[in-house]
Amino acid sequence: MSWLPLWLACGLVTFLIRYSFIALEGHYRPPAWFIRMLPFVPIAALTAITAPELLLVAGKLQVADNPRFWAGLVAIAVAAVWKNTLATIASGFIALWLLQRLT
Amino acid sequence: MTRSSAFLLGVRALLPMLLGVAPFGVIYGVVALQSGIPPLAAFLMSSLVFAGSAQFLLAQLIGAGAPALLMVGAVGLINLRHALYSASVAPALAALPRRWKLLLSYLLTDEAYAAAIPHLLAQPRSPQAHWILFGAGFALWAGWQLATLAGVLAGSLLPGDLGLDFALPLTFISIVVPLVDSRARLVAAIVAGTAAVLAAGLPYKTGLFAAALAGLAAGALIGEKK
Repeated sequence: MSWLPLWLACGLVTFLIRYSFIALEGHYRPPAWFIRMLPFVPIAALTAITAPELLLVAGKLQVADNPRFWAGLVAIAVAAVWKNTLATIASGFIALWLLQRLT
Repeated sequence: MTRSSAFLLGVRALLPMLLGVAPFGVIYGVVALQSGIPPLAAFLMSSLVFAGSAQFLLAQLIGAGAPALLMVGAVGLINLRHALYSASVAPALAALPRRWKLLLSYLLTDEAYAAAIPHLLAQPRSPQAHWILFGAGFALWAGWQLATLAGVLAGSLLPGDLGLDFALPLTFISIVVPLVDSRARLVAAIVAGTAAVLAAGLPYKTGLFAAALAGLAAGALIGEKK
């Protein structure tokens, strides 16, 4: 595998995506509907990555006997109440490790 | 606000996220080696691509023997969300010289954006506001390099059942949940999450992208009441 050209191509694609609107600012104004969608972007994208990690075990929906689902719920509750990054991540790990020891 | 106080504000806003990012970086190193990527190449991916979930996906696709063009496309798909971060921070960076725009674009990750954007919105007119984003971006970059280096060097010695890969969903939960403060945002999250679970069987993670678009559309259709 010639990895260097592949890494450079993936890096360039990633960089151009991040640079896109920063470069265009002042030359092009995105339409109003696009600006209205912006607040939902991190929510929709990151939830789409996260939900399968919590709910699927080997590609199948699993809730009852799934420590990651319950530990994720604990983290979501902690995040909702305290809005604290450190507390959220720590509570999720502690819940996961406790659940794995208990089951 | 001085340059150094703005820079430190960004660093401090990002530091707690490293608790989630560091284990994820270590796990990336382990997974990359297991996929047959040489250690040096695995480490260099962290600066050349510099996108956690995309690096993870890339390592998995290399392990699965996917064609190169498809891998570049998959990385583009999973990173498309950064275009919207780009649009979101663009007005605050409009007056900067190009070298600053290039540098801050390279550093524009989920975590740097989430850490810096509340401060950027609070100080839209400050001439030093870009130092906040630079501080957050640099702190994440440095933490990511160190964590993936640790994963590449020592990761194979770790027991496999620590569940450290759980760091990625936990970090994203810590970013998303505080953002969900209206009915429209809650609907966007529920639709995106449900669609992602239903579409998880689609090849090469294309379901992720469809699910994110579905959540986006649902949220925008309901609309935010200001």
